[in-house]
Amino acid sequence: MSMKKEFNIIAYTENHIGLLNRITIVFTRRKVNIESLTVSESAIKGVSKFTIVVETTEEQVQKIVQQIEKQVDVLKAFYHPNDELVYQEIALYKVATNDILESDKIENLIRKYNARILEITKEFTVIEKTGHKEETQEFFEELNQFRVLQFIRSGRIAITRLTIERLSEFLKERDKMLSTTN
Amino acid sequence: MAEKVSGSEALMRSLLAEGVEVIFGYPGGAIMPIYDALYDHRENIHHILTRHEQGAIHAAQGYARVTGKPGVCFATSGPGATNLLTGIADAMIDSTPLVCITGQVASPLLGTDAFQESDIVGMSMPVTKWNYQITNVNEVTEVIAKAFHIASTGRPGPVLIDIAKDVQFAPVEFHYEKCTRIRSYVPTRPLDMAQIDAAADAINKAQKPFMIIGHGVIISKAEKEIIELAEKAGIPVAWTLLGNSILPQEHPLNMGMLGMHGHYAPNIKTNECDLLIAIGMRFDDRVTGRVSSYAKQAKVVHVEIDPSEINKIIHADFPILGDAKKVLGQLLPKIKEAKHDEWIVGFKECYKIEFEKVIKKDLHRNNGKNTMGEVVHRISEATKGKAIIVTDVGQHQMIAARYSGFAQTRSFVTSGGLGTMGFGLPAAVGAQLGKPERTVVTFIGDGGFQMTLQELGTIAQENIPVKIVILNNHFLGMVRQWQELFFEKRYSFTEIKSPDFVALANAYGIKASRVSASSELNGSIDEMLTHKGPYLLEVIVEKEDNVFPMVPSGSSVSEVILEKPDA
Repeated sequence: MSMKKEFNIIAYTENHIGLLNRITIVFTRRKVNIESLTVSESAIKGVSKFTIVVETTEEQVQKIVQQIEKQVDVLKAFYHPNDELVYQEIALYKVATNDILESDKIENLIRKYNARILEITKEFTVIEKTGHKEETQEFFEELNQFRVLQFIRSGRIAITRLTIERLSEFLKERDKMLSTTN
Repeated sequence: MAEKVSGSEALMRSLLAEGVEVIFGYPGGAIMPIYDALYDHRENIHHILTRHEQGAIHAAQGYARVTGKPGVCFATSGPGATNLLTGIADAMIDSTPLVCITGQVASPLLGTDAFQESDIVGMSMPVTKWNYQITNVNEVTEVIAKAFHIASTGRPGPVLIDIAKDVQFAPVEFHYEKCTRIRSYVPTRPLDMAQIDAAADAINKAQKPFMIIGHGVIISKAEKEIIELAEKAGIPVAWTLLGNSILPQEHPLNMGMLGMHGHYAPNIKTNECDLLIAIGMRFDDRVTGRVSSYAKQAKVVHVEIDPSEINKIIHADFPILGDAKKVLGQLLPKIKEAKHDEWIVGFKECYKIEFEKVIKKDLHRNNGKNTMGEVVHRISEATKGKAIIVTDVGQHQMIAARYSGFAQTRSFVTSGGLGTMGFGLPAAVGAQLGKPERTVVTFIGDGGFQMTLQELGTIAQENIPVKIVILNNHFLGMVRQWQELFFEKRYSFTEIKSPDFVALANAYGIKASRVSASSELNGSIDEMLTHKGPYLLEVIVEKEDNVFPMVPSGSSVSEVILEKPDA
């Protein structure tokens, strides 16, 4: 039996209503929790890119990817362990502006964690940090000593290390395949 | 400017363009404009009014299974649509092509909890191959074309199209073009010739090859190629429940059914073969028994059209993605003629054991009473194996699968993967409409019959000449069998009281009779089969008979039992 670990599923799909539901059903049915999910338009107009993070066995993730690809509106799906990807998440932190002014401790944290300030008002300041979950979490914990008023972290986005994104070539190949097998 | 028609009329013309001849359905508020358009086409499209939407969809499944064409059904929004769900799930797991059209509340009312509004697109998502809601009349023809393409290509399955009521009224120019490709959908891929070469090599080297075939063979119409491969390389063949009737009963390489209530030899030999050649089947748990001890000694060739089935349950040493007929077309010339007589003798020996322990008791009880096996066997003989046999679910289903010998393919219609009680009667209606020239006999238990018996009304109204055989043991027999074997005979709610089935049929104007003594069985069968219209025959059978052989759940196929363990 293989061990559970973190996998990233990347799926290219048509931008159709309801497809998100069809894809999540694949996970729900097998009782696999989605740790993070990001969907947005890819480099090709009309094609959406899903980045889904799950913690499961390789055997299970293979089957999930096959089931995702089986959906009529899915163009292609892949899975990767973390080390095959460059990935990032973004986090926003809201703190009271007074707390920043009281000492230089928050300012030092912002410098140390390579975060940046997005907006300052009299009442609050919004800080942004990008990074892996552990990094944005660690920053949250440090910052929270001075009380974080609001905190939000995005889903993961990822780019493969191994190959360049060749979706348009893939689509051309697909066109060729469809015209030869029909 | 071309003439404009309503969305409903565009739908009807699209269905005609797809060659639809029969529709099973039930009208209601949100689909009334479509029914109004149907009225103008009633000469060209035969609409069957069932008595329940579940009846409509099972009938559409029966139609699809015997014709290979998508079955079409209509239902209204809300309860009409939700009543289709069981049949849609059944068609999904048994790869049956269906196009279900449901009416939906008008688009401005979507999401408002309007009268008879249900989110059928959301609800049917896990059990449809594809579904879509039309809220723009300009999409009607394109979506219907896509629906037929998706339902009937690759691994077939059910498609549901939900049409808002305002779209059904809205005007549109009619222009129809069949769908032949969808960018994101690859029903069949180019064959991997290297894999085919490797599989051919494995088959040529095998000492104890064993071929197991399923529904995919029927779907791809590869029956001839299967027989050619078996004969050329001398390979014994067994079939899954849905692969029944691919092989003529008399074929010397036909070794019978696989799985939980399959034949003895196929189960035993699965764990003795050196090469398992699986074609158009998906290693259902009813076939494999305990997976961890399934065919561990063998290399596995898996010919399969659906990529997600490869390595899903059983690891394939030689996975071949593709349509069975196309794959076999390439594979056959690479196969060397061979014989495996000694290996085949082993199957025959197993059969002898099964005959002594099981078949003799099932078919030749000689105690004056009827067994399910005798009824099935005698009807098979009387119809010379040429009838279409439709079953419900339970003991009678397994007995019908085991003892109906077939002379031609596409003759056995049953609910396999989902095991839907209530399937038999409406599916027989659809099968008969799909093949009006053939005799259709449906075997149903006393339990399952009462789940959809309202379809007697449909049969009577349309005068559909199906032969309905109720095998009445006064029990929900398969559950009772498990209670006897695994629950210390605690018969928890499996005794079932039935109405007078003969009087019930007569109330619908359907001819019927009941037989209890085995001496009267042949006469009753003859009377039923020679009767021109529909006929219901109730046969009182032994109350507590069990179906054997049996691979108890959790057991290995090689642990198949032939009788009750303490007997």
